[in-house]
Amino acid sequence: MLETIWFVLWGVLWAIYFMLDGFDLGLGALMPALARNEQDKRVVYNAMGPFWDGNEVWLITAGGVTFAAFPGTYAVMFSSLYSALMLLLFALILRGVAFEFRGKVDSPAWKSIWDGCLWLGSFLPALLLGVAFANIFMGIPIDQQGVYQGTLFTLLNPYGLLGGVLFVLLFMTHGSLWLAIKASGELEVRAQAMAKRIWPVLLVAAVVFLAATWFYTRLWANYLTYIWLWILPLLAVIGLLLSRMYMAQNAWWKAWGASALMIVGCTLFGVAGLYPNLLPSSLDPAWSMTVTNSSSSPLTLKIMLGVALVMVPVVLAYQAWAYVTFRHKITDQDLAYEEAY
Amino acid sequence: MDVLMLSRLQFAAATFFHFLFVPLTLGLSLLTAIMETRYVTSGDQDYKRMAKFWGKLFVINFAIGVVTGITLEFQFGTNWSRYSQYVGDIFGSLLAVEATLAFFLESTFIAVWIFGWNKLSPKMHATAIWLVAIASNVSAYWILAANSFMQHPVGYVIRNGRAELDDFLAIVTQKWAVLEFVHTLSGAYILAAFFVMGISAWHLLRGNEVVLFKKSFKLAAAWALIFSLFVAINGDLSGKEVAEKQPTKLAAMEGLWETTKAAPMYLLLWPDQENERNSVEALPLPGALSFLAFGDFNAEVKGLKDFPVQDRPPVLPTYLGFRLMVGLGTLFILVSIWAFWKRKDPQSSPLLLKILPWLIPLPYLALEAGWLVAEVGRQPWIVWGMMRTADAVSPIATSQVATTLVAFILIYGLLGAAAFWLIFRNARKGPAPVKAR
Repeated sequence: MLETIWFVLWGVLWAIYFMLDGFDLGLGALMPALARNEQDKRVVYNAMGPFWDGNEVWLITAGGVTFAAFPGTYAVMFSSLYSALMLLLFALILRGVAFEFRGKVDSPAWKSIWDGCLWLGSFLPALLLGVAFANIFMGIPIDQQGVYQGTLFTLLNPYGLLGGVLFVLLFMTHGSLWLAIKASGELEVRAQAMAKRIWPVLLVAAVVFLAATWFYTRLWANYLTYIWLWILPLLAVIGLLLSRMYMAQNAWWKAWGASALMIVGCTLFGVAGLYPNLLPSSLDPAWSMTVTNSSSSPLTLKIMLGVALVMVPVVLAYQAWAYVTFRHKITDQDLAYEEAY
Repeated sequence: MDVLMLSRLQFAAATFFHFLFVPLTLGLSLLTAIMETRYVTSGDQDYKRMAKFWGKLFVINFAIGVVTGITLEFQFGTNWSRYSQYVGDIFGSLLAVEATLAFFLESTFIAVWIFGWNKLSPKMHATAIWLVAIASNVSAYWILAANSFMQHPVGYVIRNGRAELDDFLAIVTQKWAVLEFVHTLSGAYILAAFFVMGISAWHLLRGNEVVLFKKSFKLAAAWALIFSLFVAINGDLSGKEVAEKQPTKLAAMEGLWETTKAAPMYLLLWPDQENERNSVEALPLPGALSFLAFGDFNAEVKGLKDFPVQDRPPVLPTYLGFRLMVGLGTLFILVSIWAFWKRKDPQSSPLLLKILPWLIPLPYLALEAGWLVAEVGRQPWIVWGMMRTADAVSPIATSQVATTLVAFILIYGLLGAAAFWLIFRNARKGPAPVKAR
């Protein structure tokens, strides 16, 4: 029971991470397409400014919780995905530094270096996270000892790549909607148009991914057993449709919320299908890492549950406060602010 | 080189690099918070400008500390999966608590602080930097409690083929963790104090922003003195703890091969691990080692030869790291006394002002040397007496680790250079001029 609660929490933490960091990863990846000049670029940076760091801590927490609640899975998953994870980390390092360093020297060459880092550090994580999670949904070649019998290229199979494309599109939609909220003038219009332009592509990718999931994974088994689980993919579909509807109504906060719902729905759809596995083995189902064979002791799970049930709502509360405090559109005054990015 | 050695080098590179930025975060966040509080309570605009100036240097430093911290958490899984599996029940939970309790708080409120000067009331704004400072320091406690478990494991049972949690409070409150926390934090505060003193001295010597830098200097000089004395007292207690719980580390720190009663401390010494002796041994202080280790000039101190060869740490780096740390610690006390004595009018001593900027790198060196002693001296164990480092490494390909090690060195090298260059540049530039209204 405790293990199952932790499995749910594990999925929820990843979903929150994708929902929050998703928009700033997507926006970073789209910056070259959206920002035409220095002013635009600074609006993009400052649109993410007060949020990206707090968003990224959800990744650390999701990783930390995998370690704490399912150390067996953490060990096998992270060592199996070694090269992909290291690429992800290097990308995130360059990205984080880009925010703080870019504006500190007034030189176009210096700035363009960090703009490059922001783009790479946003696009690559979006892609890699999608590839990684699609492979987790499908299962990876781990043997009885939990040793990975593949390479980085094993992960770049059609279904994995499809997952990568889906994540990139999800995050890009999410990011352009965020910019539509935060920017004004031409940039705002461009962001709105971008969201509308990506949406049909996202729709196609989502349908193809869903169909491919039927052939490549065993996620459906749980859905055939527990009919009520259908609410999760349904949430994703509702989020996807609502986001387009709100775009048409020029209700950008609502559209962003709907796209957040889509991301959460997609993540939980996959995670719920995995149960009781956390990392299926594609070589032999018996060698999969599951909630029972890879979890921590009941005592650790109990203590951690206490911490999580108290702290996660507290974190959500103060992060929500920060979002409310900085929810306004970026103005010239914001850009003139001496501490701005 | 094999996966083990490459993984050790990679972890060493990643932690040492990370720790170039952590101590300044711990210390300067508090100093900035104190400055801003003085501004809020007294309305003195100098303190606001001080908080902004030092805060800017703090933020550059903070960014790189955060992003290099993420890689550390993930490296336990990528490179040390056997370790993660074996002690994850305990070690993983400490890291997870750190993230939920502290990391979120500092990462959210640092942004609130950076972007909130005009958006929040002065009191709320000062609260934001206090939350960052407190969260950073709380975060350090959990990380150091996790490290203390590796140094001196308590509160566990071996069950189901791994170490499982038995007593959470015992782990979090053990004496080792408290000593390690106080020692590391004192060191970090010394580093921040020397950083502030050094930069203030540079500007004071040139007559820039004299009022502002005199105030900064005064605050930092008091910190430097308090914590350099404190770290020495705490260091003595830590040494006794090591003597009791990690005798091989102590013997390596002092290059002691034979078990000796009334063991002396040699001022000049060069260990030779291969031949199990010291190639240089001169100027003994009789009984000093026995006294420092056990508070008794006649106490018996175990020598390395009493332990099997496979249980001994690399002696030379442990010994050199310890000597360097203690030597620098002594220097910090002397300089701090001088600076504290001149704190009200530092410009009366141009020599002091000329020396201080050059001393900024020394606390960095001392802190890294301290970690060298702690971590290399713990070898061959990853968890003392429980698990060997050689048994902890992931079953991954040598080529994978070799590639990422090179990437780490390149990326970290470039980023480190950029970060220190930016800090240097902004430090020289001085505070932003007061805007004409």
